[in-house]
Amino acid sequence: MKRTVPLMIAATTGFVLIVSYFIPYTESWGEDAMTWFNILAAIAFILGGGNLLRMQLQKISDRRPGWGYAAVTLAAFVITLFFGLFKIGVQPTAAFPTNAWAAPYDREGSALWWCVEYLYRPLASTMFALLAFYIASAAFRAFRAKNTEATILLVTAFIVLLGRTYIAGIVREWLPEGLQSLSFDNMTNYIMSVFNLAGMRAITIGIALGVASTSLKVLLGVDRSYLGAGDE
Amino acid sequence: MQRETLFWLGLMLVGGVLLGGRAILVGNGRQYVERVTTTADVAATEGAAAQAVELTDYVNIPARERDAPGVRVSFARTVGIWVAAFCTLGIMSFLLGETPPYKLVESVFVGVSAAYWMVVGFWSEIVQNLLSHLVPGLMRATLLPGLSEKTVPNYWYVVPLVLSVMMLWRLAPKGAWIARWPLAFFIGATAGIRLVSYLEADFVQQISSTILPLVVFGADGSFDVWASIKNTLIVSGVLLGLVYFFFSVPHKGVVGGLAKGGVWLLMITFGASFGYTVMGRIALLADRLEFLFDDWLWLIDPTLQRAGM
Repeated sequence: MKRTVPLMIAATTGFVLIVSYFIPYTESWGEDAMTWFNILAAIAFILGGGNLLRMQLQKISDRRPGWGYAAVTLAAFVITLFFGLFKIGVQPTAAFPTNAWAAPYDREGSALWWCVEYLYRPLASTMFALLAFYIASAAFRAFRAKNTEATILLVTAFIVLLGRTYIAGIVREWLPEGLQSLSFDNMTNYIMSVFNLAGMRAITIGIALGVASTSLKVLLGVDRSYLGAGDE
Repeated sequence: MQRETLFWLGLMLVGGVLLGGRAILVGNGRQYVERVTTTADVAATEGAAAQAVELTDYVNIPARERDAPGVRVSFARTVGIWVAAFCTLGIMSFLLGETPPYKLVESVFVGVSAAYWMVVGFWSEIVQNLLSHLVPGLMRATLLPGLSEKTVPNYWYVVPLVLSVMMLWRLAPKGAWIARWPLAFFIGATAGIRLVSYLEADFVQQISSTILPLVVFGADGSFDVWASIKNTLIVSGVLLGLVYFFFSVPHKGVVGGLAKGGVWLLMITFGASFGYTVMGRIALLADRLEFLFDDWLWLIDPTLQRAGM
């Protein structure tokens, strides 16, 4: 019951989706299963939110170090959730002028829109932007032209980096007419359209085979790691 | 107080005074809006006559038009710009270490993003797909007035509802194994979808795109040297890469040599990917700096928002 039924559910769902792809009559099954999948994914977000709530409350009640930040997380979570679920500040649209509930939840001017526009987006993009510093410093420490492979990687990265900056254009202007094809931007284009394309294709084919074999292992019950180790 | 702390405190104070002074004198970081009113007609229904409803929207106006009639400062959006600037600087302060401003904005980020994705999931999946199939009449009368009249209850959707409840069971102190059933559905569906889609898009399609003519002739019938070299390099490159990934044969002798070529090709790919990733991150950083210097501090004006001011 605890392990066999989940195995059967996984196998049935997976094979139904595979079969539905090949039989036109069963195509709608695949579409329904996809919709169910998306519904469960949305529920997983609720589960994640519930877990976050529980962990932060636990931290606050135990007065663990940094519990003040847990309170900030909790407040941000609850306030944003309230704004979004109750569509606070959402104005009705011309399609349904008397029903504000019918308007999009993130309509411009709403409270959730404000949270996304002035909190979520700046924070998310700055976090990713910060990686520029760390990638550069990690590269500085890790990239050493110790052997042929490392040298190739280093030189390619250097060409592509310069090829996408204004320096590429300046260097091209200095180069004589006959050597224009050796400018950084042209070399970047060759690298991207020939070598990178070939390499990415080989990797993509490898990934596809890997995904297909892993999926088969899951569906046939060979890989049961998702069920966990214990009975509970 | 330590000398270093005193230095930073002094620096922040001077910065704050300068910012405040600039905000008062120049008015930077303000967002101007204009109120736009439209009228929408509401059709007559049983017991209610047709009527016209006034709808109000606020649109952003460039600061150069701040003196135009009907344009005013939006308090909410102005506060938003200052909050976004604080958040940006807070995250950037991580470069100095795990500072209190960083920890504060990080906590806000965790809370807001978790809630935001929950809201997205609720409105776009639970309401739009689950409830609209289970109780279409109720949804049409309340949250989804645009729902087609042809939509009738589909009780098969009780299955995802039950699976959802089982998934949430994980939050209960006992019976966590119940959540394995929806998890199994999730895993099975992912495996089924991925198996077909990857084989179709990433296996068959990539092989099909790699089957290229090695000798290319132009439209006028002449031999195209560069296109021929390019196609040859692509085909041989893919084959070399695949030889490297083929571990069933030891990488010795001829196979070893080919695999070595595959490694070199992969190194070029990784180098190019690295260069692209760095450039992508730098573009994001430039975007954040543009926000700080343009939208917030009004020190630069690349889009001529304040031309003539």
